[in-house]
Amino acid sequence: MIDWSSWLFDGLLAVGLLLLAWLTVISADLFRAILFFIAFGLFMALCWARLAAPDVALAEAAIGAGISGALLLDAYRVLSAPTLAAAPALSRLPGLLALLLGGVTGALSWVFWRLPPPVLALDELVQARLADSGVSNPVTAVLLNFRGYDTLLEAAVLLLPLVGVWIINRQTPAPLESIPVGVTDSPLVDTLVHLVTPLAVLSGAYLLWAGAHQPGGAFQAGSVLAGAGALLLLSDRLRPTATPQALLILGLILGLVIFCGLALGVMADGSPLLRYPPAHAGLLILVIETALTISIALTLLLLVSGAAGLRWGRRW
Amino acid sequence: MNPTLLFLLTAAGLFGIGLYGLLAYRHPLRQVLAANVMANGVFLVFIALARRGLANPDPVPHAMVLTGIVIAVSTTAFALAIIKQLHRTSGSPDPASAPPPSAAVDS
Repeated sequence: MIDWSSWLFDGLLAVGLLLLAWLTVISADLFRAILFFIAFGLFMALCWARLAAPDVALAEAAIGAGISGALLLDAYRVLSAPTLAAAPALSRLPGLLALLLGGVTGALSWVFWRLPPPVLALDELVQARLADSGVSNPVTAVLLNFRGYDTLLEAAVLLLPLVGVWIINRQTPAPLESIPVGVTDSPLVDTLVHLVTPLAVLSGAYLLWAGAHQPGGAFQAGSVLAGAGALLLLSDRLRPTATPQALLILGLILGLVIFCGLALGVMADGSPLLRYPPAHAGLLILVIETALTISIALTLLLLVSGAAGLRWGRRW
Repeated sequence: MNPTLLFLLTAAGLFGIGLYGLLAYRHPLRQVLAANVMANGVFLVFIALARRGLANPDPVPHAMVLTGIVIAVSTTAFALAIIKQLHRTSGSPDPASAPPPSAAVDS
């Protein structure tokens, strides 16, 4: 018995993803291309949920729909020059490129078709040791315990783009008042900010706490909090500054410092790097995740603002 | 044909579409969009394979993609910062139309 409704859903999802990706790439109007990309991100979130990856779906919904959209639309606004209206197709060999598209897609499809069955089931290893990890959500156990080394390095990698943006902006400072003033006068904006900001902070805190036993964790919580921060930035509650504040820098590196400190700290009683004692693993993971949430939220928020620092704005 | 294969084929399609966009268009903002489409194709391979033939989906690829999404958005932000900078200094987001540094100093 074939489950037709699930095939119909999967089919529509697949066709929707491919269609939105195609429209993103070929739209003559760049503004439309960005909007298609935001819709594509939401379809991806749906796809992750469908593929039983709720942790990924939560992060994608916050980042794909929120942060990426804000970044791309801001870049579009800065670049809003005649160059954007120019005809999009610039290739001299569109036929050859289309052939390449077909060839790459065909070759990948063939590989996927002939893929041998998995030889190593990491899932079983994770499930077998989950009780020792200190948390019951397997994705959090992998991120913060079993593969903690990857996440530790990732916390460092996350700071690199921000340092890159700072270096670029130091050479030719961007105008700081890049957010258009005047759109924030509406009472609707004030009401929205007053309603949404506390809810977003609450959701972020809940996602952080829930990450131990159900979908959620530092990455999802940090993304949601950064989204709330972007709203404050757009409504003139936060303002970009040319130099970073000491407290802000502390917040940016907090995740990395605490993660490193605890990773090394457990070596004091003879265990290897990053091997938490099972009795305290849950608490250690919560501390690391809290610090990571703050750092991820601030990093993403600063990337959205494009500035080095932030201060409180006038409208409160 | 099973659902996993359907999503794997979709991933191959996304990767191909993204690659086409990356090579066929000169505008850097379009290239950033296209590279993101490609990245999502790669993520989809991971997540589709995580579910293959298992009772519970494999959490290791989930954790990889989760961190991958956050890194992808921050590198996108970096790329956009470079594009905006290029636009501010040369008046055009297209690297090819920017004057060489020495010419910019002369004029």
